[in-house]
Amino acid sequence: MKSFTYQRVTTALDAAKAADKTPGSKFIAGGTNLLDLMKLQIEKPAHLIDISKTGLNKIELNTDGGLRIGAMVNNTDLASHNVVRRDYGLLARALLSGASGQLRNKATTSGNLLQRTRCPYFYDTNQLCNKRVPGSGCAAIAGFSRQLAIIGSSDHCIATHPSDMAVAMRALDATVETVNVRGEHRKIPIADLYLLPGSTPHLENTLQPGEIITSVLLPPPIGGKQIYQKIRDRASYAFATISVGAIIYPDGSGKLALGGVAAKPWRIEQAEALLPKGSKLVTERLLAGARPTGENQYKIMLVERTIESVIQQAKR
Amino acid sequence: MENDNRLKLSRREMIIGTTAAISAIAATKLTSIEAGESNKIALADVSFVVNGKKQHLALDTRTTLLDALREHLKLNGTKKGCDHGQCGACTVMVNGRRINSCLSLALQHEDDNIVTIEGLGSPDKLHAMQAAFIKHDAYQCGYCTPGQICSAVAVINEINSGIPSHVSTNLNQSPILNNDEIGERMSGNICRCGAYSNIVEAITEVASKAVKKAR
Amino acid sequence: MKFDKPAGKNAIDQLKVVGKPIDRIDGPLKTTGRATYAYEHQIAETKPAYGYIVGAGIAKGRIEAIHQTAAKSLPGVIGVITASNAGPLKTGRFYADRLLAGPDVDHYHQAIAIVVAESFEQARAGAALLRVDYVKSKGSFDLKKAGASATILNPGRPSTAATAEVSSFEDGFKSAPFKLDEIYTTPDQSHAMMEPHATIAKWDGEKLTCWCSIQQINWGVRDLANILGIDPKNIRLISAFIGGGFGGKGTVLSDIVAASLAARLTGRTVKITLQRTLMFNNTIHRPATIQRLRIGADADGTITSIGHESLSGNIPRGFAEYTTTSTRTLYAGKNRMTQLKLALLNLPEGAAMRAPGEASGMMALEIAMDEMAAKLKMDPVEFRIKNDTQVHPENPKRTFSTRLLVECLQTGAKKFKWESRSKQPRGKEEGDWLLGMGVASAVRGAPIMKCAARVRLSNKGIVTVETDMTDIGTGSYTIIAQTAAEMMGIEINKVVVKLGDSSLPESPGSAGQWGAASSTSGVYAACVKLREKVEQMFGFEPGTAEFSDGKVSVKNKKYSLSKAADSGELISEDEMTYGELSREFAQDTFGAHFVEVAVNKYSCEIRVRRMLAVCHAGRILNPKTARSQVIGAMTMGVGAALMEELVVDTNVGFFVNHDLAGYEVPVHADIPHQDVILLEDLDPTMSPMKAKGIGELGLVGVAAAIANAVYNATGVRIREYPISLHKILESSYNLEENN
Repeated sequence: MKSFTYQRVTTALDAAKAADKTPGSKFIAGGTNLLDLMKLQIEKPAHLIDISKTGLNKIELNTDGGLRIGAMVNNTDLASHNVVRRDYGLLARALLSGASGQLRNKATTSGNLLQRTRCPYFYDTNQLCNKRVPGSGCAAIAGFSRQLAIIGSSDHCIATHPSDMAVAMRALDATVETVNVRGEHRKIPIADLYLLPGSTPHLENTLQPGEIITSVLLPPPIGGKQIYQKIRDRASYAFATISVGAIIYPDGSGKLALGGVAAKPWRIEQAEALLPKGSKLVTERLLAGARPTGENQYKIMLVERTIESVIQQAKR
Repeated sequence: MENDNRLKLSRREMIIGTTAAISAIAATKLTSIEAGESNKIALADVSFVVNGKKQHLALDTRTTLLDALREHLKLNGTKKGCDHGQCGACTVMVNGRRINSCLSLALQHEDDNIVTIEGLGSPDKLHAMQAAFIKHDAYQCGYCTPGQICSAVAVINEINSGIPSHVSTNLNQSPILNNDEIGERMSGNICRCGAYSNIVEAITEVASKAVKKAR
Repeated sequence: MKFDKPAGKNAIDQLKVVGKPIDRIDGPLKTTGRATYAYEHQIAETKPAYGYIVGAGIAKGRIEAIHQTAAKSLPGVIGVITASNAGPLKTGRFYADRLLAGPDVDHYHQAIAIVVAESFEQARAGAALLRVDYVKSKGSFDLKKAGASATILNPGRPSTAATAEVSSFEDGFKSAPFKLDEIYTTPDQSHAMMEPHATIAKWDGEKLTCWCSIQQINWGVRDLANILGIDPKNIRLISAFIGGGFGGKGTVLSDIVAASLAARLTGRTVKITLQRTLMFNNTIHRPATIQRLRIGADADGTITSIGHESLSGNIPRGFAEYTTTSTRTLYAGKNRMTQLKLALLNLPEGAAMRAPGEASGMMALEIAMDEMAAKLKMDPVEFRIKNDTQVHPENPKRTFSTRLLVECLQTGAKKFKWESRSKQPRGKEEGDWLLGMGVASAVRGAPIMKCAARVRLSNKGIVTVETDMTDIGTGSYTIIAQTAAEMMGIEINKVVVKLGDSSLPESPGSAGQWGAASSTSGVYAACVKLREKVEQMFGFEPGTAEFSDGKVSVKNKKYSLSKAADSGELISEDEMTYGELSREFAQDTFGAHFVEVAVNKYSCEIRVRRMLAVCHAGRILNPKTARSQVIGAMTMGVGAALMEELVVDTNVGFFVNHDLAGYEVPVHADIPHQDVILLEDLDPTMSPMKAKGIGELGLVGVAAAIANAVYNATGVRIREYPISLHKILESSYNLEENN
């Protein structure tokens, strides 16, 4: 780990200003992903701006009936919040299926959204990885890819986004609020937050340098049966092989997003119209154009079955 | 607590009387990084409370809470199993919540209240959870054990304060205490010796006593 | 003391302390964080320096240059050790791997340099600044491909013959009315013990002291001396507490060599932990196997022929995985053949991991037995019982000292309610889950090794036991204290046990499931001598006194034990050695594993619902710690069945998933309540303790029992471990099927 200077700020705006002032700086909140990557020389900030005490740790009811979740709210507090449990069960379920009790106590809402891929080739600095070293190549495509992306990937990168929470946020149409160094606020629908790898897999989101997430907005409750189905060999403390976050209504209509299949939570709104017609058609539309490797071809069938399972659960 | 891992041989400990005890007796005093060593090393001060005792440290900014505890405060009860948040051996409680101390910078804990395994109990005055672990043989090699015990104590608090888990059947009801709930909540603590079945029994015993007391 | 004829009644048979479920005596230290592991020792009057190991970034090739300027100019960095300044290094006598690479690189993450600095943070930063120029060369990374040029092992190495044939296997198999011929594969697995390999090394002139984490102290001294080219007399190893081993810390690995070299070259005390991400490729692992099982049987279920061929790979001089060991002893059958092949691989070294050979061999054999039972339309428990044998199948003159396999299977079947298992696969559902049960036999050899110990009696009546035996979580401290307490007729809290120090009498350490039986027998021998000394002090005839309740008596003459040491501590040392009984008798431990699984009919996720092990392993010295050994092994078996696999990238030549997030081992949520039944069984042919090991037995067969339960639940037979969900999905498994 490279030596770095450290500073604590008390507001998001100060954080943005500090970042603007010090090139090569990074924000640190929970640190559960950043420190992990710094120890492995994957992240090498020269300066850390501690934003954990910026007061962005509140969950408030919004005037429109939705929720404003502070960026620094930790995963445990978010999943335990009464309104989240009652009205956004999908989000609570997704959060609780992720990581471990210890990590959820530390990991923050914005940190969770911005966590980086767990592709093992990204994690090993001896291996070729376009995300870590642009232009170096991708060892994963011809290598061990059982866990990796099947859609939205490119010849440059097949990494997945590992967050469970983001899948729920995507299905719930969350919006990210940010502030930049000039004090300008911006609302980014979560659908527009993430970038697919294309030929620039090192670019992962649409945030501008120094721009900092202050909160996440959830629209007013949308009801329905909310189910987060996470599939994994190990029963807990494991990343999803695939996951399905769904809201299903009594008439069979609904919304759904997938985890573990792409560099972002995967949602195709048009596919949702097919929900009443069953899992097969939904999956065909959702995963149209999928380009799995030989090792992760199974994910297509797994997605279909898991959607089927979710549809059946919603009927109960 | 600087001398905490010097083994003061109680009668019970005499049974072991390992060479570990002998060699630890003359522990050197804590030496942190010399400030004048180089201007390239970023140093910073931090103060927090560990096991009830205020600590002031000048640390390399890179020092994790785990390494601050182990290498600077000589509190070696908190273990380094992976240093990447993948095993739970480094679990400590910060302001009442359990975290992985390996994935936290010491500097981020200004004014925090930290409790480690040494703060829960000692060989002469065991915490109920420590005693239950012994009774149920809820450990083998012992390396994950401090983390398991810190986690277990925190898990009971989490259940009591209504924090749901992945296996809670109804998110809108208070979580109940059963093997599935304990197993899921403890899953961030890996025990390669495989004492899980016994650990759950130990926790169940302590937790059900705690519930009885509350009534 | 030499043990050469079956034991009669002795002081241990009183069972006042031995055989009782006594809490671990090291429990208060371990549960309060006061047990001191290798890296945690505070060395008097020295400020240690920190070492950080750099692993090779290629799988095979040569180091052209290691650029060190940037690292060395970093504040706090004391020095960099590489092959060019380390001096000549040899290899150890057990592990074949070279523990410091250069100029050649033999495998990925082989240590190439050690950066030493004033702090851990500085050493790690320095390590990151080394720039290495490599010349890569081609390597052999694919076991299946390498198998084409594998060599058949000659009989005789190590002690069991690698290749054996009884009668005529091929003819017998050809003519059998029922036949099975299948291939099974097991992956590379990692020990993944919780405490990483770690050492603090300190030199005083020629003398080297290492606080380390090594299971077999005697091998450790031998190998470190050999590697460094120094006199073993100048080495002291101390491993008082070991945070798990499972064979992965058998003897010297890179951490101890690195720390020793770094300490020598910097003149400092140096502490090094092998970082977790390096452990998987830098050290050893259980090697992958490809196994062919052929079983021929008559219509009544009698096995007439059994053949087991197995391929594994390793670095030059590395061992083959002895998967066929169990097949040679477990079931009857006239025509038999086993064969081991070894291929050359340039992956990290394969070596012993808990129940080496048996664990992976039985992962294959016990599925094959299940498949054969299905072909014969026999109950799998019945089929196994039908083919039990009380004599060694390869040598009928050799009987088993004790063998209760049938009893294990029957007791287990009853307790587990085996009769409620659906005879048809996929016959039971519960909501979204398909339920199934599986069974497997267990067998593991019961070796016993010579072991020395010293016992001291103080005038306070405290008995101190000293041996270099280790406790890797097995309970050595406790059972040794129990043995001494029983022998000397005192309470267990009057016994002090000192272990894991090479300055103490030599033990065979913790390996091969021999630790418990061997070390307690050594303590027994030393205690017999001490008793004689005590008797002498009181003027009793040797061997006539009763030692009980802290008193020593002959008829109505009675003294306090402590009184014998009034004029000075009494010290006795002895060694237990063994005669020919292990040749005369086949000495093994046996068991049966029963498992119930639930398989999600949509996702094919597998969750274990119930587990039962029935074991017999001679006298159980402490049912509490013995049971823990078994449940721990069962847990490891769940890992082997469902998730554990070091994934080989055959392009790069390394284990890709080299951390604890990528290499999944079971967590709490994977493990249900586990039941263990220990069948009463004394084996007087073993030693005066009449005990055998149990720590490895508990693992053998577990994975196959799970595989068989998955088959019973789904009707899908997976022969490639681990049984990850995609393998069932990609099989003939059909969501709608309904029997």
